[in-house]
Amino acid sequence: MATVDLGSGDVGILNYAYALEQLEAAFYTQVVATPFSGMTTAETQILTDLRDHEVIHREFFKAALSTSAIGALTPNFTGINFNDRSSVLNTAKAFEDLGVAAYNGAGNLIKDVNYLALAGKIVSVEARHAAAIRDLLNPKSADFAGDDIVTPSTGLDPATKPSGVLPTAQKFVKTPISGANLPTA
Amino acid sequence: MDLIKLISDIEQVDADANERLSFYSRRNLFKMGSRVAAAALPTIVAGSLNEAFAQSSAAVDVVKYALTLEYLENDFYLKGLAASGLIPSSDRTIFSQISKHETAHVALLRGALGTAAPASPTFKYPTGTFTSYQTFVATARILEDTGVAAYKGQAGALINDKAILQTALQIHSVEARHASEIRRLAGLKGWVSDSVSTNSSLTQGGVNLKTLPNTTGISDDNFRAAFDEPLTMAQVLALAGPFIG
Repeated sequence: MATVDLGSGDVGILNYAYALEQLEAAFYTQVVATPFSGMTTAETQILTDLRDHEVIHREFFKAALSTSAIGALTPNFTGINFNDRSSVLNTAKAFEDLGVAAYNGAGNLIKDVNYLALAGKIVSVEARHAAAIRDLLNPKSADFAGDDIVTPSTGLDPATKPSGVLPTAQKFVKTPISGANLPTA
Repeated sequence: MDLIKLISDIEQVDADANERLSFYSRRNLFKMGSRVAAAALPTIVAGSLNEAFAQSSAAVDVVKYALTLEYLENDFYLKGLAASGLIPSSDRTIFSQISKHETAHVALLRGALGTAAPASPTFKYPTGTFTSYQTFVATARILEDTGVAAYKGQAGALINDKAILQTALQIHSVEARHASEIRRLAGLKGWVSDSVSTNSSLTQGGVNLKTLPNTTGISDDNFRAAFDEPLTMAQVLALAGPFIG
């Protein structure tokens, strides 16, 4: 399978976001299409909303990037048991936390203030998702913004650069992705 | 506190305000920040404005503005946690976690500002805020959603201050986690798609979302909820103003 190069500059960062949104959208599409056993009405509602948001994000980036958009990535979900609640929700948690850290880390790599504004509009939606998924896993606990993800002494979410995010994302995508030409500072 | 009068007072005390504002506009595409941010900080007025300006960065004003909002959130949750019989034991862990973060944000921003850090304003709250749990949660919802929108609204002003931008984003997403949890406690969805929303746009970045392929059957609520909208400083201060006593 040919390697997909995300590109350079702001287009590269938008393609990076597009790649992550493709991954999330594919995941939730599968989750809703093949619900885990015992999925409650409330869980179905939340997971369907998340699917819709991620599909919108994916299609938005594709439209915004136009002819600069990378192609469709092939997901690799072989490690996920879609029939198992814990497997699905823990994967969702990992994807949402990864997305938040990725957008937080990409923000200061963006040159165009309009693209920065759009990234800002999306990252907080991902953070809202992350909190809801975490609360489904451990209701009414501190986990929605738990000490495992938000540093207690500073109250900060992680910000991870593409070089730290892509190896994790790659585990769930068959298509080889290269961020070699992305901005690093 | 009369915000409009205070803005006027600052302009009189600080005769160079207009010049500095135009400086910010040229340098950092930052508009009206100095005046409005300062207006939220009655204890500092002219002295610290000059001190802030000496650091030559519009970012200082954004950080002061953020600190004001964090002071408010921190004060609100500390009072809520201290109010006997207000928060049911089932929900106390949630508010303790949020309060811990707001205290950390105050310390972080105060540290960033150093000697330029303003003291906390005095805050006031509507009757019933700390005696009715429903009112408390509703107020928390407003503060968190407003906090998310406020940080988001300043991202562009920080585009030339990369380190501060990243830190602001790292706070912004934590506020969004809080907002999601509080909204769900209040019986709302964690994302902003309801009648209390400030989100109303079905067009983002010039793209009409409803014309996107592969989105058949998606509700307008979800088109709106997929993007959180920012608030300007003026909009935020209009919302926060009633809390500043």
